[in-house]
This record gives sequence, C-alpha cells and structure tokens, in this order.
Amino acid sequence: MSAQDERTKTAGSSAVLLICFLVGLGASLLVGWVIFPALLYSEKEQPIDFSHVVHVDAVGDCEGCHYFRDDGSFSGIPDLSNCAECHEEAQGEDPEELKMIQEYIEPGKEIPWMVYSRQPDCVFFSHAAHVKMGEIECKACHGMIGESEHTDTYEYNILTGYSRNIWGKNISGLTSNTWESMKMGDCGNCHDEHGENNACFVCHK
Amino acid sequence: MSLGRRGFLQFCLGAGAGITFSPLPWKLMDDSAIWTQNWPWTPVPPGGEVSIEKTACTLCPGGCGITVRKVKDRAIKIEGMKGHPINDGGVCLLGMSALYKLYGGARIKGPLKRAGKRGEGKWEQIPWNAAIAEISKELNQKRQDGLSHTVASMTGTDRGTVSQLFKRLLAAYGSPNVFTAPSLQDSERLALKLMQGDYASAGYDLENARYVVSFGASIIDGWGSPVRAFRAHTRWAEKAAEGAKLVQVEACLSNTAAKADTWLTIKPGTEAALALGLAHVIIKEKSYNKAFIRDYCLGFEDWQDSGGTVHKGFKQSVLKEYSPDAVSRITGVPADRISVIAREFAQAKGALAVWGRGKGTRPMAVHDIMAIHALNALVANINKPGGVTVLPDVTTVPWPSLVQDDIAKSGTKQPRVDRAGTDAFPLSESLFDQLPKLIKGGTGEYPLSVLLVHGANPYYTEHDRTAVAEALDRIPFIVSFSSRMDETANHADLILPNHTSLERYEDVPTPISSSLPVMSLSRPVVSPQCDTRHVGDSLIAIAKSLDGSVAESFPWDDYESLLKATLGDKWSVLEKEGYWKDEGYTPADWSQAFRNASGKFEFLATTLLAGAKSAKDCLPQYSRAKLKGEEFMYPLILIPCESMRLADGPVANSPLMTKTVADTVLKNDDLCVEVNPKTAIAHGLTDERMALLSTPKGKAKVKIHLFDGIQPGVVAIPTGLGHTAYDDYLKGKGVNSNDLIGMIEDEASGLDIAWGSRASLKSI
Repeated sequence: MSAQDERTKTAGSSAVLLICFLVGLGASLLVGWVIFPALLYSEKEQPIDFSHVVHVDAVGDCEGCHYFRDDGSFSGIPDLSNCAECHEEAQGEDPEELKMIQEYIEPGKEIPWMVYSRQPDCVFFSHAAHVKMGEIECKACHGMIGESEHTDTYEYNILTGYSRNIWGKNISGLTSNTWESMKMGDCGNCHDEHGENNACFVCHK
Repeated sequence: MSLGRRGFLQFCLGAGAGITFSPLPWKLMDDSAIWTQNWPWTPVPPGGEVSIEKTACTLCPGGCGITVRKVKDRAIKIEGMKGHPINDGGVCLLGMSALYKLYGGARIKGPLKRAGKRGEGKWEQIPWNAAIAEISKELNQKRQDGLSHTVASMTGTDRGTVSQLFKRLLAAYGSPNVFTAPSLQDSERLALKLMQGDYASAGYDLENARYVVSFGASIIDGWGSPVRAFRAHTRWAEKAAEGAKLVQVEACLSNTAAKADTWLTIKPGTEAALALGLAHVIIKEKSYNKAFIRDYCLGFEDWQDSGGTVHKGFKQSVLKEYSPDAVSRITGVPADRISVIAREFAQAKGALAVWGRGKGTRPMAVHDIMAIHALNALVANINKPGGVTVLPDVTTVPWPSLVQDDIAKSGTKQPRVDRAGTDAFPLSESLFDQLPKLIKGGTGEYPLSVLLVHGANPYYTEHDRTAVAEALDRIPFIVSFSSRMDETANHADLILPNHTSLERYEDVPTPISSSLPVMSLSRPVVSPQCDTRHVGDSLIAIAKSLDGSVAESFPWDDYESLLKATLGDKWSVLEKEGYWKDEGYTPADWSQAFRNASGKFEFLATTLLAGAKSAKDCLPQYSRAKLKGEEFMYPLILIPCESMRLADGPVANSPLMTKTVADTVLKNDDLCVEVNPKTAIAHGLTDERMALLSTPKGKAKVKIHLFDGIQPGVVAIPTGLGHTAYDDYLKGKGVNSNDLIGMIEDEASGLDIAWGSRASLKSI
C-alpha cells in the first residue's frame, strides 16, 4: 500500500471515529434532554378542573380561601367544608361543579387535590414568616396561578413523588422568574438577598 | 475489528460528554438525595389545622399537666403545661410517650374473651354487651352461692374516682377484698400515721429546701413527681452559692449520686442505721431544735409506763446504739463523714431528709421511714418552708350513700384474704404481696374466685414474679381492664379494654410528694381510636347488670357525669385551666399539726404500744434485713437499678424510651449488670461477657458491665425490662429483675420491703 493510500485510510478512519463520537454525543444529549425528562415525570389530572379566575372574582383575593388562622398557621388549600359553604347546592351548570358536589360534597369526602408547590416533608416552611413578616407576595412563589382558568396537569417526579413545579418546568433548572422553581437554592438565594439566616435548621428542623 | 473497538470507545466518549452536558446526572443526584431523605414508607402526619389541648398525664403518679399538639384529630406532640404547679412546662420521657400508648402496638382493640389456654394469646373478639354479660353472669352466680367475698379487685392506686368506683362496686356487691398495688405510700402513710397521726402521704417543699439528705431517692431519675423533683434539683444547683446542697446516700453511683454535692456510699439496705447515726451526733451535740422537741414531741426522753417501769426514749436509745463508729460498721460510711454530715444538717436552714429508694415506688420498712423522718423532727422542719408536710385531700362532692343488701353486708364482713386490718397486720389496708403466699400455700381464709385488675400488672411488677404468677393462675376468673396487652391481660380470661390516657376523662389528685394541694384533669384530646370503653363506664354498666341492690349505689348515667358531679365547682376551673390548686393553703401550726391522741409528734409510736413485744419496737430503729440464701452459695448482693429511661411499673416502656437506653444497660436483647472490677476479678468475670446470675428465686443470663461506681460485692440490675408481653419493641428484651428478687416481709406492716437479694455470678 502506498503512502497516499495510508493517509487516505487514516483520514477515513478518523472521520468514522468522529462520527462515532458525534453519534454517542447526540444520542446521550437526546437521552439526557428529551427521553430522561419524559421518563422521569408522570402526569395526573386534578380531581376537579378548578378556575381561580372565577373564584378570585367571587371572593376578592387569595386570602378569601387561603387564609391565616387565628393562631397564625396557614390554612393552605381549603378543605371540603370551605367549598361546601358556597357549593352545598350547585351555583351554575358547570359539569365540574356538579361532579364536585356529587363525588365529594354529598358523600363528605375531601377532594384529593395534588399540590403543585408541596415541599418535601423534611422542609419546614412558614407562610406567616414570609407573607406576614417578610411581606412577600403570593405570586413570588406561586406565580400567576391566581389568574388560571383551568387546573394545570399535575406532573410529578416518579422517584421522589413531588411535583415538577418544585424543580421547574425547564429541565435545565434555568429560570427567569422567581416562581418558576422552588428548590432549596431558590430559598437560599432569596434569604441571601434579604439578609436572612441561611442555616440548615431554619428550614430543616 | 480495531476500528470497531475504537469506534465503540469514541461512541462511549461522545455519550459521556453528552451526558455530562445534559441534566440527567445532576437531576438524578438531586432526586436521589430527596428520595433518601423522605422515604415514602416513613409515616408523616397529614397537614391541617393545628390545635393545642390541655390535659394531665396519668402514666405515673407524678400528676404533671401536659399540652397535646394536634393536627386535626391526630395527636402529634406532647409537652409540659406551662404554669402548671407541679411541672411548669417540663415533661419526662414517659409523659411524651403517651402517643405511643395511643397509636403504638399491643393495643387491645375491643373486648376479648380467652379462647386458648391462659397466657397462650388466643382470643375471641366479642361485643361489649356480651363482655358485660360474661362478668355479670359470673358475679351473680357467686352472690347466689354465698361467695361474693371471694371476688377481689386490684387497682394501681387507691386515689381518684376510678379506684373509688372499684371500692364502691365491691362494697355494694359484697366483698372486702379491694387491693391496691403495693407502693411506698403504703408504708409512708403508716409511718406518718404513727408519728403524726395522719394516714397520708408526705409532701416535700423541695423548691425551698437547702440541705437535702436523700436516703436512696433517685431525685433526678424518676423519684416522686419526676419532673418536679428534677427541676428542684436544678434549683439547688443554682443556689449552691447560698449553701444549697444535696447529699446522696446510695450503694451505687447513680445519676443522682453523680450530680450530688456529696455521695455517701452505703451498704445496701442500711439507710435507717445511717439516719439514726446522724441523729446520734445531732442529739449528742445538742444541736436539735430544743423548743420543738420539748413542746411538740413525745417519746424523745425516757418515759415511765403505768406499771412504773422506765423505758428508754428516742434520745437514749439512739445515744446507746447508734454511735458513728457502730453505724460505720453497719453501713460502711466512715464515722467522721457521719459526724460532718450530721453537723451540716443540724446547722442548715431548710434541712430535709427524704426517703424512698430509687423512684420511690416500692414499700419500705415502716421503722426505716420513722428513722429518717426523725431527722426532720430533730431540726423541726415539719410544716415549715423547705420541710415536710402532710397534705389534706382535695375536697370533692361526696357520693350518694352506699346501698348494701343482706348479701353485701354479709360479704363485706368477711375477713380480708390478705389479712390486712386483722390482728396479724392491724395497721395495713391492703397487702397484695401476702396473696401469693396465702393463695399458693392454701393458708388463706378462703380461695379467691374472681379478680378484677385495673392499672396494675402483677404478673410483671411484683417481686418473686414466678410465685405471684403461680398464685394468680389459681384464681379461676381474671378480668383485665388494660388498654394494652400487658402480662396480666395476657393471662386474663376476659379483657374489657379501657381508653388510653389521651382518650379519657380522669381526675388526678394531688401528686405524691407535692407540698401544695393540687388537682388536675385528664381529658380526652382525641376520639377513641379503637372499640374501647372508659373503665368507669364499664364498672357502672357491670353494677347496673347485677342482681340485688348493687345498681342502687350507681345512680350515674356514665363516668363523665359522675366526675362532673364529684368535682362540683372545681369542674369549670379544671375544664378551663386543666388544674386546680389551693393557693391559700398553708401548713398547720405545730400546735394543730399532729393529729394523734397525744397531739404531738411521736418518736415513740404509742399506737404500737399495745401490740408490741417491747417498748423499743415502738421507736425508730434499724433492723438488719433477713435475705434468703446462704452467703457461701450467694456471696454477692443484687440491688435493682432504676432509671427514668425505663418504666418499670404497670405502664411499660415506649420504643422511644428504649431507644435512649445505653448499650451498657441493654445490648441487643442482653441485659447488662453493673459489677465492680474487683468483684469481677474475685469471681472470674470478664467485661462484656455473658454470665449466669443466680439468686434463691431464679436464674438469668446477663452481660457483665464493669463499673467502678458500684461497690465490690454488689451487683446492680436495671429494672423495667424482660417483658413477656407487649410488642416486638419490648418483648424479650433483657431480664425482669422481679424474677430474681424475693419478698422480704416488714414485721410492722406485712408489706414486701425487699431492696435486693443474695446472688452469685458465674461466667458462662
């Protein structure tokens, strides 16, 4: 074989190796960025399609339903008795309202809402400290949920069981708004910005 | 081939680079961290509205107020009630463990009838009306047969409305055999009756005491009202600069001894001799309170009986027999130390002598208590700040008169089967410890046919447990009201499960050792979790189902209405605050304080004179305990070692408590006994190796724990373990010390006053 042939063969071999590298690179990027997130998260629909817009119009603000109790604790998602105050009987003809009355209010069964913002059990979070004392607006963490007309599909992590909203919809973890993720780093950053204590036991009691 | 391999490597290289620049590894690491910190099978209380309920702890006689934090109807956490006169915000491990009793294993979920052999654990679930009918049938039959007096009850305490209901049921039914679990209060009340004329428990003004000599009392390990005693100890430490001091008299280096200002190492069981030795020095140096002794005491000086014979009083008796040298030979405490402590005690303000070995739950010899209490009299620290007092019971509304038909009258006139109150033991009210001897030996007046057990676990808690079990097994019908499957419930024929302490109402009378009349209210903080019923309701239902006039003594609809009626105007305060206290209470002046015939504090117990062999027996004295077994076979002395981390009474340990026990006490399932290295050398024992512990009452395999804090020749065994019932967290762990320690009978009271046993240890 001539030297020329040798060089041609070597160049061809390098090209094949490069292609192999690129195929591996492309495949793994595909797995990492597309297939992995699709496998990691599963989806569920909320038991009732709920409109925040309708309720905010009727009640006035967030605190109409998500209120602080007398002892300072936060009520979170209203329980069935709150719903029944208005929906003991149907207010309209919306099939979702009828479904709620028939399946939950009449049998006295709590609605199994799935909470987009539920933190892991090892996290202690006080709404009073943030909303009352820190004067942080609801949307700083919860975004524009108050303006939603339908409930979002609930996506949850099949390993941890927690909502996708905690990590954020963007699998890269990059965000442009404070409400787009609710990870420990987000808490820590905000505490740093406001000069608050960032010791472990502040949140992990 | 070469290209293929290289190509594959390039592919892997590319894949590795790609993965690194994808979120996959970083996200998986994060998720793994979250997953491992939040195992999905770890129970987590549901979210919801939080509330705080006030109630009182009934798991020991301490009488603490507690608050229960709830989320919706789920109790989450127990804390001490701030402002409560006994514990003011403090809580102990056992008190915190009420949640385990409520939600934990071994709960009896509804009425059970025995289906297999006794103790076999085979049960048939029956409805409540059938369970009441079972007892009713049995009790009615006994009345018809003229055997109502053979029915007996055993309760953990004789205080409070529930134990009074048992007493009333048996009185209305026709039996004198009401037993309470033996306790220090039994002997303490006798001693105070003899010396001060009040059949009542002692109250100690611990908070204001400034020189405390503790004769074996585990002040910081569960003695008296545990949280209050613990806090008082802290206060003494804070006041150390002002001279506050704790002298701990104990055979081993307990937690209390370790924290005391002075630890007097003493031979086990000789505390009374030391007390009299201290008295000797105080009397000899004339440093006692002469005015109090002269004006308010009887029997201090020599006295003359009606026949003209002169008898020694306390003073001469002590001066003659209990010199520091003599006491040093008995107790092992150096004579010069005895003199120093006696002088300090006599000179201190708020000098207080307290009794009750360990947690102060076991009876002591009446004369031992008299000897220790004589020290309080010598310094006149009775009904004074920092001293001893005898509290009146908190007044309640009397119940309607008892109605007894002829059968009931005849039955209650029968002698008690335990001989309490008879010529044998005229002063005692209940002698459960006598029962095994009498039932097993067949020397009792008559056999018992039915035993109702509430708040007690005699199959576990009594000394010489094997003999107790054999005796109880001879009673044909045992009914347990336990809410958990303890040893006694496991041997019962019928179980009518009570609510747990967080599911029921109950009055909590003034706690033992309190210096202020206090009543607390235990009340349901959660709805019943199982098909259980309040024991008071069960008793009322049983009474109403019985023949004759029994039901007429039980006019109440249920226990709650009974309790409201009994507590009268205190109910509203108890409902609101959780406790009631007699704020205006002040102890009586000395001129009014002593209620015996002489109206004085009696060093010479005149009540005993009529039946005493000699006048000397009526004075405080030390008697050497007669331990069973020969010294050459059992050369060591075994003593129990009580700890706040191990519940050893009718309420058993929780998993939380067992978790806090060091592996020098319980290593896996092996119980460790404390042995001095010198003892180990003499008996060929090795640290952390197994040995056979033998006493005249039994044998057990134990692990050796070498400890310099215990005297040579003495072995300390932890109490509260070795259960054969309950759940996997408790059953089969360690050894029950009660299996190894036999009964020692107090001649004055008939109570079991065993503080230890002869023993041997052999390496295996």
